Amino acid sequence: MAQILQLDGVSKSFGAVTVADGLSYGLAKGEALGVLGPNGAGKTSMFNLITGTLMADSGRISFEGEDITRMSAARRSRAGIARSFQVPQPFTHMTVFENAMVAATQSAGLSGREAERLCIDVLDQTELLGKANDRAGGLTLLNRKRLELTRALCAKPRLLLLDEIAGGLTEAECTSLIATIKSIHASGVSIIWIEHVVHALMAVVERLIVIDFGRKIAEGEPRAIMESPEVQEIYLGIEADA
Amino acid sequence: MDFLNAVVQGTLLGGLYALFAAGLSLIFGVMRLVNIAHGDLIVLAAYLGLTTTVVLGVHPLVALIVVVPAMAGIGYVLQRGVLNHTLGDDILPPLLVTFGLSVIIQNALLEGYSADPQKMDAGVLETASVALGPLSLGLLPLLTFAIAVAVIAGLQWTFYRTPLGRAFRATSDNQDIAQLMGLNKRHVFGLAMALALAVTAVAGILLGIRTSFDPSVGGGRLIFGFEAVIIGGLGNLWGTLVGGVILGVAQTLGATINPGWQLLAGHIAFLVILAVRPNGLFPRISG
Repeated sequence: MAQILQLDGVSKSFGAVTVADGLSYGLAKGEALGVLGPNGAGKTSMFNLITGTLMADSGRISFEGEDITRMSAARRSRAGIARSFQVPQPFTHMTVFENAMVAATQSAGLSGREAERLCIDVLDQTELLGKANDRAGGLTLLNRKRLELTRALCAKPRLLLLDEIAGGLTEAECTSLIATIKSIHASGVSIIWIEHVVHALMAVVERLIVIDFGRKIAEGEPRAIMESPEVQEIYLGIEADA
Repeated sequence: MDFLNAVVQGTLLGGLYALFAAGLSLIFGVMRLVNIAHGDLIVLAAYLGLTTTVVLGVHPLVALIVVVPAMAGIGYVLQRGVLNHTLGDDILPPLLVTFGLSVIIQNALLEGYSADPQKMDAGVLETASVALGPLSLGLLPLLTFAIAVAVIAGLQWTFYRTPLGRAFRATSDNQDIAQLMGLNKRHVFGLAMALALAVTAVAGILLGIRTSFDPSVGGGRLIFGFEAVIIGGLGNLWGTLVGGVILGVAQTLGATINPGWQLLAGHIAFLVILAVRPNGLFPRISG
């Protein structure tokens, strides 16, 4: 299967702090990849490097066969990479619908009715349609998380990066989120999902990678990875801290 | 009667001040840039208008067809070439750079046009008036006010009803996220400055028809613009119009008491409002 995303030896550091240390992995078209790792392991930084918020010090990132290592965040967005943030960051002064429209018009490049149609469909899917005219700054945490997903989907991504989108949700909310993400995945969108809520991750992804200190320390079939000693150690550690 | 006349004339004058202020308000709203050179850009537009009327032999209002796109072009290039590089977490660099720009524009105009006061000839428009009951209203002030209302309505519509306006507001709200939504902020800022200077072009031409101008008058226009923006409340375009009107009325009322009090009365009105309502009369709801 063709690769949609390929990282080759991607490194990034801030002074003595290394957030990515020779990261290499590929993502096949239509694949869903889960990312595990302790806090501060460089998972979110990896997303920042893929979306262009951070520029790699060295290494190469390619998207659909094209080298995007030096490409601006705006162009990567228009090329089909979208993400959600762990801490939701809506345009607080704009309505929910306008937030969605920014992604649909600027990132997906749609206009007029077509853009509005997409936003309405996505808002319906993410259960935000009833809040469409509310100011995004006044939303509850759950709805802000839904808006993150909405905006990412309105960009019509071919690669969707989800950053701890299930964190802080109730069991019922989590179940409906999993269903939504499964249907997005079924529609052909490739997904990379960073998540600490392991059961949610396991319900969707086909492969897992584990990151620590900016390095990939394990990769493979989800169940096998979860049972590996590296992961046991990291996650038992997290459990003990929590 | 004098009082009523002063209020009406001041209101119409306020339209011009609102035009001075609209560009400032727009730029500050979108990119948090305080443009010290704004007044000089108004004067630059007036001189471009003067040159256009002289060279092409057209009416100053017709010169708008040339000056508006010219100023918009200057705005885009200025933003992409210079001002974008000054924007960041620190607000000092853009202040210093636009201050420098102000000095450069003033001196370039002095070099090019000398210090002699100039004026644009708008023919009968300058003296024509319409009678409204006991009042006689100049056609030019009426036209200026109507243009100001139209410009503010147009900007408001652009901001809240068009994809470009959404791009402005999204970038103003969160630059980093806007980039991730496919918006190139350098380009968006360029467009915002282009739009602001297009409005400035209108303000400059109307200023040049109304009064004589020379390269040094930019500073005063900048102050009126700032005062109108702050009285109305930052980021509120209709508030800016109200701010301009309050300033205009205060000035004409001051002038009816004593001609020397015109400017002083405007500044006092500004200071009083600032003391009572530090965020202006209609601050944008923040969240």
